[in-house]
Amino acid sequence: MTSTALKTPPAAGTAPAEPAARDPKSRTILGKSLKTLLFHGVTLALIAVVMYPAVWMVSSSFKPSSEIVGNAAIWSENFSFDNFVKAMDGIGGVSTLQFFGNSLILAVGSVIGVVLSSTVTAYAFTRINFPGRKLFFTLMIVTLLLPFHVVIIPQYIIFQQLGLVDTFIPLLLGKFLGAEAFFVFLMVQFMRNLPRELDEAARIDGAGHVRIFRSIMLPLMKPSIITASIFAFIWSWNDFLGPLLYLNSPDKYPLPLALRLFVDQTQSSDYGAMIAMSVLALLPVLLFFLIFQRHIVEGVSTQGLKG
Amino acid sequence: MTQTPAPTRRAKSGPPLRDEKLKQRRAEARTGYAFLLPWLLGFILLTAGPMISSLYLSFTNYNLFEAPKWIGFENYTKLFQDDRFIQSVKVTLTYVVFGTPAKLIAALAIAMLLNSKRRGRGFYRSAFYVPSLIGASVSVAIVWKAMFGDAGPVDQILSFFGIGIGGWVGNPSMTMPMMILLTVWQFGAPMIIFLAGLKQVPAEMYEAAEMDGAGSVRKFLSITLPLLSPVIFFNLLMETIHAFQIFASAFIISNGSGGPAGSTMFYTLYLYLRGFGDFRMGYASAMAWLLLIVIGIITLIFFKTSNNWVHYSGDEK
Repeated sequence: MTSTALKTPPAAGTAPAEPAARDPKSRTILGKSLKTLLFHGVTLALIAVVMYPAVWMVSSSFKPSSEIVGNAAIWSENFSFDNFVKAMDGIGGVSTLQFFGNSLILAVGSVIGVVLSSTVTAYAFTRINFPGRKLFFTLMIVTLLLPFHVVIIPQYIIFQQLGLVDTFIPLLLGKFLGAEAFFVFLMVQFMRNLPRELDEAARIDGAGHVRIFRSIMLPLMKPSIITASIFAFIWSWNDFLGPLLYLNSPDKYPLPLALRLFVDQTQSSDYGAMIAMSVLALLPVLLFFLIFQRHIVEGVSTQGLKG
Repeated sequence: MTQTPAPTRRAKSGPPLRDEKLKQRRAEARTGYAFLLPWLLGFILLTAGPMISSLYLSFTNYNLFEAPKWIGFENYTKLFQDDRFIQSVKVTLTYVVFGTPAKLIAALAIAMLLNSKRRGRGFYRSAFYVPSLIGASVSVAIVWKAMFGDAGPVDQILSFFGIGIGGWVGNPSMTMPMMILLTVWQFGAPMIIFLAGLKQVPAEMYEAAEMDGAGSVRKFLSITLPLLSPVIFFNLLMETIHAFQIFASAFIISNGSGGPAGSTMFYTLYLYLRGFGDFRMGYASAMAWLLLIVIGIITLIFFKTSNNWVHYSGDEK
């Protein structure tokens, strides 16, 4: 989990074997640079293919609708911001800014909920001794594999009977109660690697669990808190099924639902605005990625997040 | 489920030191439960409770407005006479069986390509990861639909090579390849996990193999694959479970209809339509439980067979 992992090159697994014994030195160097060239060529070509949909999306958002359908080209003579202006108008009498605001409330709320509940739970699992700890831990691990669909219907019924449908509560409550086992698991894995001597020393000095958790553990957990926050934010931002189930009034819609409404009402008539709005909806995710790239990639490689 | 820390046998009147210790242990347990309380509440109210009630509902007729009516196994037997259900199973299995291996092969291939001391590695792996981050979003589903639409860019490019298809989205036999391409496109997440696994393979093993005259195929089969098998296992399990639950992209691409001709009627989409479209909550619950059982069985099979093909280096941790 060290933050330098990305920069340090790994053990050369498939490093090109240089037949140095046979070739004269100059040819080896030439062969090496040729191989390097080939490597970069192949990799960049693959990236071009993989990135094409994203690049096409961004470029289309600046093109007039008539030029989008049936146009594979990235370049256009008629670049303009018209689509974005239209997309910002929103849909169904609600401005796109409002959709952004709703998404933001949900995402920030999720981050707060996930961080609070998962750190506290992980502390209980790794640092406190109580009967039943092993059993609960096993149950927590099992919920990792549980398909969400097994619980959505009763959950919906509960929230419906409490009169909480069409509020943000059903979408946030689970985050505050550690219902997303993945984050708890992530924290547990991280906390297990923190030296026990630290909190044992603090205990001898008379500090209780609350104090140890707050003043020793939380600061040390910063890297995993950052990783969890990033993923909680992005997952909430992209979530579609949850809002689709629980939100009915357009003024409460987050962006994915607004997008769907947009698609339903405009159909293929205004591709430009539709794609511009898609780009807008992805913007925060891409910004997050640019800023926290290292944390995201390391989070995946150490914890196996699906992204 | 909250067991209060039970007074143990030794609670009698032991020496004062022992009493003190016991008190401490009880206090410790109380603190433990206090810290665990949010999770425990969430587990009972949002996971365990709902699981039990969805199992119950799966044996009833329930439309959200009248009390559930017990009908025994009727939902389950009806399911297997329901053409749309059968279709959803077919669609989902096709997607899992072809999409997941294809995605993992792409992930492993690119991971091996990037697993060398070369400049730009960090940039490359980040670039390949981007689709995993955005792939399940509504935005990408919209773009995918536009790209694969009638005379869309993908068709244009293919026509250039003389293999124009004439639209994927509206063609029932082409929607599945399109959905599979969408999941393969998100190979970045398993790729990064593979890369982390490849890092652990000691370079000396390859050197030793080379000395013995092993070619690259041989090295891959006898060193890379066995040493990577725990990571392959993990990725395979996670991606399979994940693939069963595809929803948003299928919903958007088919406007929530599962069309054309039921070709994108994924399991979870049908479950959603039944539960929240027709309010047949009992029927949908039965579907949810079948999904749970299938995923449980697959997980079990993976774990049971893993002894045969997953090699753990004994000294790990």
